[in-house]
Amino acid sequence: MSLLDDAGAATRPEIGVSSHPRRRAGRVPLALLVPAALGLLFLVLPLVGLLVRTPWTTLPQRLTEPGVLTALGLSLQTATLATLLCLALGVPLAWLLARVEFPGRRLVRALVTVPLVLPPVVGGVALLLVFGRRGLLGEWLDASFGITLPFTTSGVVLAEAFVAMPFLIIAVEGALRGADTRYEEAAATLGASRWTTFTHVTLPLVAPGIAAGAVLCWARALGEFGATITFAGNFPGRTQTMPLAVYLALETDLEAAIVLSLILLVVSVAILASLRDRWITSP
Amino acid sequence: MTALTVVRDEPAAGTPMLDAHLVVDRAGFRLDLTLRISAGEVVALLGPNGAGKTTALRTLAGLTPLHRGHITLTGQDLDRPDTRRWTPTERRPIGVVFQDYLLFPHLTALDNVAFGPRRHGLDRHRAREVASGWLTRMGLTEHARRKPRQLSGGQAQRVALARALAVNPALLLLDEPLAALDARTRLDTRAELQRHLAAHPGATLLVTHDPLDALVLADRLVIVEHGQVVQEGDAATITAQPRTDYVARLVGLNLHRGRAAGHTVRIGSDFSLTIADRHDGEVFVAYPPSAVALYPRRPDGSPRNVWPATITGIQRHGDNLRIQLAGPIDVAADVTPAAAAHLHLVAGQPLWATVKATETRVYPAAPGDRNRVE
Repeated sequence: MSLLDDAGAATRPEIGVSSHPRRRAGRVPLALLVPAALGLLFLVLPLVGLLVRTPWTTLPQRLTEPGVLTALGLSLQTATLATLLCLALGVPLAWLLARVEFPGRRLVRALVTVPLVLPPVVGGVALLLVFGRRGLLGEWLDASFGITLPFTTSGVVLAEAFVAMPFLIIAVEGALRGADTRYEEAAATLGASRWTTFTHVTLPLVAPGIAAGAVLCWARALGEFGATITFAGNFPGRTQTMPLAVYLALETDLEAAIVLSLILLVVSVAILASLRDRWITSP
Repeated sequence: MTALTVVRDEPAAGTPMLDAHLVVDRAGFRLDLTLRISAGEVVALLGPNGAGKTTALRTLAGLTPLHRGHITLTGQDLDRPDTRRWTPTERRPIGVVFQDYLLFPHLTALDNVAFGPRRHGLDRHRAREVASGWLTRMGLTEHARRKPRQLSGGQAQRVALARALAVNPALLLLDEPLAALDARTRLDTRAELQRHLAAHPGATLLVTHDPLDALVLADRLVIVEHGQVVQEGDAATITAQPRTDYVARLVGLNLHRGRAAGHTVRIGSDFSLTIADRHDGEVFVAYPPSAVALYPRRPDGSPRNVWPATITGIQRHGDNLRIQLAGPIDVAADVTPAAAAHLHLVAGQPLWATVKATETRVYPAAPGDRNRVE
């Protein structure tokens, strides 16, 4: 078999080179080309379907419906707040994992990634058990400070942050591990404390990594559904984010669901694209 | 610039600014060396790769802790494991120029230099003034706004030096400061570095594997091999009287250790060299490769030191060729290209080598030098 192939390869290219110089470069194995094309189709076709079925004529009215804008605003607001929360807590945690040797570090790293593999609905249930009115912390929070998290906008932020934080931590920890720690040593020889070194040297050095992590985190938060609906419920104006609105509209008004989906798609693609140009590709 | 003087107790006359005994144990390696540097003195720590030079520098900077010994700078113990004294890097009055400079890539040259003064308590404006003064001194005024990646190697080196000096360190540490530069830039930068080191009032330790850097830049050389000091002294002493093979190679001399009796030095079991002066006991015999003459046949006449040798290697050396020879003693010989052509030199060729007794330099070996020369 291989002998025949070799013989063929030895004679055919001569003809190919003389008549079709570029043929060799274009010869991609069908066994790879076909699944690759199918894969692309599989990813793009649903988006095309969305565009085809969009009620373009009634789109302007649909867009200005108060419910749509409320859901969109809530989504953008909660996803951004969740990202800020993840940055505030996740960057220090990533630094700890990347820079400090402590017992149980491997275990901590494994725990951090649990929300990645946990079904979001399960995450929502777990959040309810901790932060719910009868939950481990929720009962105390309610009694001591009168703070109630489930079924509030804060609850949405919490649910989104829970699901999205691992994306940020993994990206930032990777960036920190890739950064040259000798810059931090150089900062120390110039009199910088560990905190000053972190804020003035480490953070600027890994800023692109943090930006990439924040974008991933924000995108994940924006699309969050399972944990949100379980932990925060589905109250228009308060906890009903875009994905929840899409799901609800699907049962009553298909066109509304399509419009909402389209908006979510456009907004996330636009923001990701602009951030990508601004942050991720810049060195 | 004077506003930013690191507070230091001036050491009493005669006591060195830095007094250190550095001991670090690693698997299969032990650093154990004593260093004393006076104010204004530049000491070069010279040795082959893996000798422990950089480890020594890191202990002084507080980036690697000592296992035993002490580091005392301007009368203060920075690291003394016995008494658990330890000053962290950021509180040591030091400045470090790293091998690849490690300029912060997100800051301009000016802000790189201002980083230290800022951390030492100056406000942003004053810190930039200090930094600007240093950049002017380095001849880099017009590059102040550049980022490190826009600087040439020589410029980056000068910014790194300015950054280290801008905190007026009591101890300035330089780790192979010229190694990252190409040969042409190195020549200019070395001359300039010498000027700045001479002007530095504190103690300076220069770590290098380049003997030329050490000879040009340092007042005193400390030569380390395998984590230990093997020879110490000024450039003239070390170049005249090397005491290890490594040093002999650095300064370009043939070196043998032997036992002298009168005008004869016995080297190994069955070889002797005749020397000009009378000596007795353990001695070193040194002579330059240019003192070794080569003959295709055994020469007749006067030379007393004649031995058969085989060529093991031929390299260019300046305008001449340096011939490595094996025989009863291993030596290097320098010959002119004309002589080499005349002798038809090739590797493996047998020859006769001679050296005149008057060309040899003989000096006593200390007991501590035992076993450092083949």
